[in-house]
Formats: sequence, structure tokens, C-alpha cells
Amino acid sequence: MTRQTVSGAMKRRYLKQHLFFGAVRLSAIILTLALGGILFYIIVNGIQVISWEFLTSPPTDSMTKGGIMPAILGTLYLTLGAITVALPLGVVAAIYLTEYAKQGRIVRAIRVGVNCLAGVPSVVFGLFGLGFFVVFLKFGSSILAGALTLGILILPTIIGASEEALKGVPQTFREASLALGVSKWLTIWKIVLPNALPGILTGSILGIGRAAGETAPIMFTAAAFFTAKLPGSIFDEVMALPYHVYVLATAGTHIEETRPIQFGTVLVLVALVLGIDLIAIIIRSYMRRKKRW
Amino acid sequence: MENDHFDTEIIKTKNVNFYYGAFKALTDITMNFEKRNVTALIGPSGCGKSTLLRLLNRMNDLIAGARVEGEVLFEGMNIYDPEVDPVEVRRRIGMVFQKPNPFPKSIFNNITYGPRLTGTANKSDLEALAEQSLKQAVLWDEVKDILGRSAMTLSGGQQQRLCIARALAMKPDILLMDEPTSALDPISTAKIEELIDELKKTYTIIIVTHNMQQAARISDKTGFFYIGKLIEYNATEKIFTNPDVKQTEDYITGRFG
Ligand SMILES: Nc1ncnc2c1ncn2[C@@H]1O[C@H](COP(=O)(O)OP(=O)(O)OP(=O)(O)O)[C@@H](O)[C@H]1O
Ligand SMILES: [Mg+2]
Repeated sequence: MTRQTVSGAMKRRYLKQHLFFGAVRLSAIILTLALGGILFYIIVNGIQVISWEFLTSPPTDSMTKGGIMPAILGTLYLTLGAITVALPLGVVAAIYLTEYAKQGRIVRAIRVGVNCLAGVPSVVFGLFGLGFFVVFLKFGSSILAGALTLGILILPTIIGASEEALKGVPQTFREASLALGVSKWLTIWKIVLPNALPGILTGSILGIGRAAGETAPIMFTAAAFFTAKLPGSIFDEVMALPYHVYVLATAGTHIEETRPIQFGTVLVLVALVLGIDLIAIIIRSYMRRKKRW
Repeated sequence: MENDHFDTEIIKTKNVNFYYGAFKALTDITMNFEKRNVTALIGPSGCGKSTLLRLLNRMNDLIAGARVEGEVLFEGMNIYDPEVDPVEVRRRIGMVFQKPNPFPKSIFNNITYGPRLTGTANKSDLEALAEQSLKQAVLWDEVKDILGRSAMTLSGGQQQRLCIARALAMKPDILLMDEPTSALDPISTAKIEELIDELKKTYTIIIVTHNMQQAARISDKTGFFYIGKLIEYNATEKIFTNPDVKQTEDYITGRFG
């Protein structure tokens, strides 16, 4: 090849590369703009109603006025309840799958099952919660039933995150501990689990952040259209942010009138979810800095 | 020395075969290891040295599909007997790995981890035990003021001596070492060799090494392996000056490997 054709080919390749990177950059920009646009729209429309009053008082005048405090509290209860149930269960399941179970067909089948569960539409979980927790176990529409339903919804996420985190702990740590004559169970408890914890927590918290915004799973199992009184026990119904938005935007007779409240509620919900994600990110970066392997 | 063989042996393998699934990694290994001696295992890569070492404290149990035939007698008891608890075996037979593998904990907690969890030392004794183990591993002077610092901040050579100290804190009878100096610089290596010389007064040491000079320097007996078989097992001096088998000589002189 002559010098001429070599540089020609190089130029062509250079051009191609540029086109490719240009396309990638463009799609990234479009994505960011779309996300930013949604966020901007929510903030602009929601910020006017946000006040201390709005965050700390119950709705009044058939929910056309007043605040959303019961819904905020309800969502917090449901999310906390869900993670209290799902975190230990998910971690134990992940420990079984990665550390104990013989890696074979059965474990593979369980993994496939868990992954399928993660892909099931959330309304299906809602119906299951209704049938099993609300009706069969007679919990009624309650925090308990809703938290359990949400818990099952995020269980696959927690199992997945925990499995990844457990697998990420170097095998040499396990060997070092076992070679000292420490039992397998103590090795997992004292070495494997503490080192996997940041990953487990991050993944799980991100999962719960997503679940906090779900309407379908709590619609039939926990969420009340309206209750001015706060829940007295886990067997009481609660209001919840996503359901509140749904109700105001579809079911009321004052749909247009309550638009600002709808946007305000959405803004609070988004802030809550982003706040939860932020916690996960902080945990991760803090633990990363501490980790030296 | 040759005569009291029998009284001083601490662990021996009897007609041991070892399989990774269908692959036979060791064939008919019969070998005595003597008390308070250093035994070196040498041979080309993949000949089964690590496999044999890990078989002696049942670390191979962790590998799915691995299988042992024959007996490994530790003080006369077959450690592969179904009634034997592998955890107990590993308490008595410690191990140091090729790559230093301290826990991401403080130096002090690395040393006391084993004794604390296995209940072999009282809480009040832990400090004394840590000091003693670190002194035995010739690390005490370097770390006595930074016991609370993460073990991950130590140098590779220091980490390896910490791992030795950690194993010693369990007061094992036997110490298995798999190429403990292969990741270290010459100075750290020399330190660990000196240390092994000191340790053999109390412990039985079985060490895998690719370094012929090292085997010649530190060991009393040497076993040469080739493709899963024990080709020659003799006093180190004999192996390195006048081996019985031609293959051994070829390997030691670097004519194949
Ligand atoms: N976990 C395993 N699964 C399957 N085969 C294995 C496994 N570990 C080792 N082997 C095989 O067994 C044989 C012996 O391996 P081993 O690690 O004992 O060799 P080695 O003598 O220690 O070699 P090196 O000097 O390179 O460390 C090799 O052929 C290796 O490929
Ligand atoms: Mg090896």
C-alpha cells in the first residue's frame, strides 16, 4: 500500500469513529434532556404548593385543600415495613444460593425463578397481596398487608443484589478463615457478610426506592382513599403518595382543581425516591473508600 | 536420624489418589512427614504440589467434584474418616497461602480472629497471644505501635509474615506453606526463610516451592513430583547432590521443567 491509501483509510476510519461517537453523544443528550425536562416540569408545577403546612397537615375540603402528611407517613411506613421484611429474607436466600447450595440444576432453576419474579408486572403482586394477605390471612387492607406485598415485590432485587455482593467477596478471604479452623457458618457471618454488606445495602435501598413509588401493589392491599386519622397499628389502612396522586388525578370530582396538589405530591414523591437513592450512593462511596481489596 | 523415622512421623499419606472430577491429579502418593522438620515439595507447574498440600488439611473439600482415595493419617487417625470434622483438622494443621491474604481488619484483629472464634484462647490472653505470635513471625518490632491499623496497609512481605503469625496464633501442630515467598522481594524472602528455620523447632513445616535454592537452604527432606506422582523423596542433601532418579537430577539442574 502506498502512503496515500494508508492515510486515506485512516481518515475514513477516523470519520466513522467520529460519526459513531457523535451518535452516542446525541442519544445521551436526548436522554438527559428528557429526564431533565420531566424533572423541571414537575418542579415548576409542584413547587408553588410546597410549604411546611403542605407537608405537615392532612387534606381538607374533600382533598382540594390542605396537605399530604398522612400520605407521606403512609409511604414511609410501607417502605420501612417492606425493607424490614424483605432484607433479612433476601439476604438469607442469597447466602443459601451462593454459599451453601450445590451449584447445579436446582439452584439454576431457583435463579431463573427469581429473575422471572423480578419481571412480573407490579399489579400482579398487588392482586396476590389482595388474595393472600388481605383475604386469606385476613389482614385486611393494612400497613402489614401492603408492606408484605411490597416486600415480595422487591425480594428479587434484594436477592440479586445480595448474591452479587456475596460473590464479590474474594474467595481468598473465605479460604483464609476456613484454613484457621473457623467453621463455615462463622466464616460467612464474620468475614463474608460484613464485606458484602455495602453492596447488599446499596442494591436493596435502590430497590426499595423504586418500590416506594409503586401504586399497583398497595392499591388493593394498604392504601386508603382518604383517612384523616393516622394509623394506630399495622392493621390500619394508610394513605400513600403514589396512590394519592392516582386518586386525585382520576377519581375525584375536582380533578382540575387539585392539579397543583397533584404536582406537589409528585414532587414530594420524587424527592423521597431520589433521597433514598442518594442514601444508597452515599453508603456505596463511603464503603468504597474504606475498602482496600 | 534415619532410624527413629517412625517415632517422629506426624502425618502421612497412604496410597492417596486425588481427582478433580474425572481428572486424576495425584496418583498413589505414600509419604511420611516428620515432626519438627521442614519438608519441601518441588516439581514443575501443575504436577500436584498444591493439591497434595491442600489435601493434608482438607482444604480441597471446598472444591466441588474433588475426591480423595486412600488415607491421610494424622497422628494415626485418618482425617478423611467420615466421623472427623474438617474444621477441627484445620485447627491443628494451619496453612499459609501463596498470596498474602490478610483480612480487611486491623493487625490485632487479624491475629486474634482465629483464637477468638474457635475459643482456643481466653479474651484476657488475646493480647499476650498476639504479641507472642507476632514475635514468632518476626513482625512484632515493625507493628507493635500500629496494631490497630488495617492489615491492608502493610507491605507484601509484612502481610505474609502477618499471615504466618495469624496461623501460629492457632498453635497448630503442622504449618503448610504454599509458595509463601513467591510474591515477595529477596529481603522479605530471606526474612521468611530465617523464620522457617526458627519455627521448625516447634512446628512441623511442609512447604511448596519453585525455588530450588530455597528448598536446598531450608528443608530437611525434599519430595520431587512429576505429573501427579511422587518421583523421589529423600533427604534434601541427597536430592540436591546425588539423587537416585535421573528425572530428579534433570529437574534440579534445569534440564527440564
Ligand atoms: N480446582 C481445580 N479443578 C480442576 N483441576 C484442577 C484444580 N486445581 C488444580 N487442578 C489441576 O490439577 C493439577 C495439579 O494442580 P496443582 O495446583 O496441585 O499444581 P501445582 O503443582 O501446585 O502447580 P503450581 O506449581 O503451578 O502451583 C493441574 O493439572 C491443575 O490443572
Ligand atoms: Mg501450586
